[in-house]
Amino acid sequence: MEYSLAELLIAAAAESWRDDGEIMGTGIGPLPRIAVSLAKLTLNPKLATTDGECWYTTEPLPVGARVDQVAEIEGWSNYDRVFSGLWGGKRHAMVAPVQIDRFGQSNISVIGDHQKPKAAMLGARGFPGNSIHHKNSFFFPQHTTRSFVSGEVDYVCSAGWNPARFPGGKYPHGMALGIIVTELAVLDFGGADHAIRVVSLHPGVTFEQVQDNTGFPLEKPEAIPTTPAPSAEQLALIAQLDPKGVRKTVIKGDPPGIRG
Amino acid sequence: MSSDIEAFDKRLSVDQIIGHLRDGMTIGIGGWATRRKPMALIRAIARSNLKDLTIVSYGGPDVGMLAAAGKLKKLVFAFVSLDHYPLEPHFRNARQAGSLEILELDEGLVHWGLRAAAMRLPFLPTRVGYGTDLVKQAELSKRVVSPFEDAEELIAMPALKLDVALLHVHRSDQRGNVLTLSPDPFFDELFARAAGATFVTAEQIVPTAELNIAVNSRYNLIERALVTGVAEAKLGAHPTSAAPDYQLDLKHLKTYVESAASPEAWAAYRASFIDVPDAAYVEAVGGADAITALPRAVY
Repeated sequence: MEYSLAELLIAAAAESWRDDGEIMGTGIGPLPRIAVSLAKLTLNPKLATTDGECWYTTEPLPVGARVDQVAEIEGWSNYDRVFSGLWGGKRHAMVAPVQIDRFGQSNISVIGDHQKPKAAMLGARGFPGNSIHHKNSFFFPQHTTRSFVSGEVDYVCSAGWNPARFPGGKYPHGMALGIIVTELAVLDFGGADHAIRVVSLHPGVTFEQVQDNTGFPLEKPEAIPTTPAPSAEQLALIAQLDPKGVRKTVIKGDPPGIRG
Repeated sequence: MSSDIEAFDKRLSVDQIIGHLRDGMTIGIGGWATRRKPMALIRAIARSNLKDLTIVSYGGPDVGMLAAAGKLKKLVFAFVSLDHYPLEPHFRNARQAGSLEILELDEGLVHWGLRAAAMRLPFLPTRVGYGTDLVKQAELSKRVVSPFEDAEELIAMPALKLDVALLHVHRSDQRGNVLTLSPDPFFDELFARAAGATFVTAEQIVPTAELNIAVNSRYNLIERALVTGVAEAKLGAHPTSAAPDYQLDLKHLKTYVESAASPEAWAAYRASFIDVPDAAYVEAVGGADAITALPRAVY
């Protein structure tokens, strides 16, 4: 069966919420958002997902749909409550930062100097608090040495497994990093001392290709499986969750999942 | 009813509110990004002679417009974004020029700092910031040790004391009893409690009975003792939303974004949309009927 690279990434990203139970699932950006919705429909029906504004919906909301048109509202997710909830740990977000480093520290604030940045972006947003209170996974549509940087990211917005940045080297209870989904591979923090390792390679991608596009050494397991293709059921649900085809605009040229 | 109570009247004009502001003040702005920003007040500040302001905000076009108008000395923020245009172009210009003093926080730390000020505490303890570069800033360099058995070392988030808070609400009476009808109240209550004085603009000023507080109590975010003055400003949040009265104006947001392309583009935007009376502004952005008919935006 034919499928696009974006659809492969959505199915791979959905896996991150499989064992989370009844928590708030958040996907930032179109593909993680479709992924958390897919996870709710196929892997973890207890997940609580929102319209991105302030409502929890019974069924996940398709991309581009307005909550008042299509969905049953089942709860209120105003920001005050989101903060209170995340401080309690009942959330798993997949976020799409600009940079990540070998510790899993990530950056959405600035490129270059903090006082006079080369490029000012969003600001740290909720990353600092999110990163030490609940699990976070990551999505990168472009896996390059510019996004997977050597050394540390330019401005550490979300905390990673870097003991030098914590008093006594002790990590806060609740800090957890999940998976990293990129257009080349799925990675996690399961190596020695939370080192980043390759979990699966997308069809047609080699470990060397992933390493060459990463600014720090990756752990290489003895055998690396190929990222599973999305099933026919998953592809049909993805199409329902993204009726306007926003997923086709995320990766340049919307390439097929099996590289030629 | 005694005539003294009936005469109790906090109504002001937008310009009279601006008359209460001073150079160098720390001003908190309610709303969140593209939602319920007191933009009529922001435009009035942009027109004024005020300078050297410190702004505390969950930032949107309020921050960008004041930065472009040269009103900012310092910004206390966790983000500045136009949601549908994630990067706020005027904010970026100001940041990249290196001219802006900043205190960069986490969204929850802004909440926490306002809450400390609201409770008249010097700080509140937190772990938020550990593991990140936020704690390299002088304001987040202080630590406290838990006096209990855990003896945990915590970050002291200093109180974010405001001289003034500026909020936009849907309804108010003349005494400053207010209703905020939008689906998310954000942190407007904390801004008001953290401030020495709070000024609000309201879509409509109505008789107290029309607030129907017994039914609408959940929309009454603050008690009137916090409100120093209230001005009627119909469509006063435009181009941000004040749902359910009206929605985000994506078309005007695009015009605003394009005004950051050059000094000439900004001057043209100013001339058309800022250096004009409020009635002319509403006509320039398409008229009241068009604004109230805008479809709900998708987030």
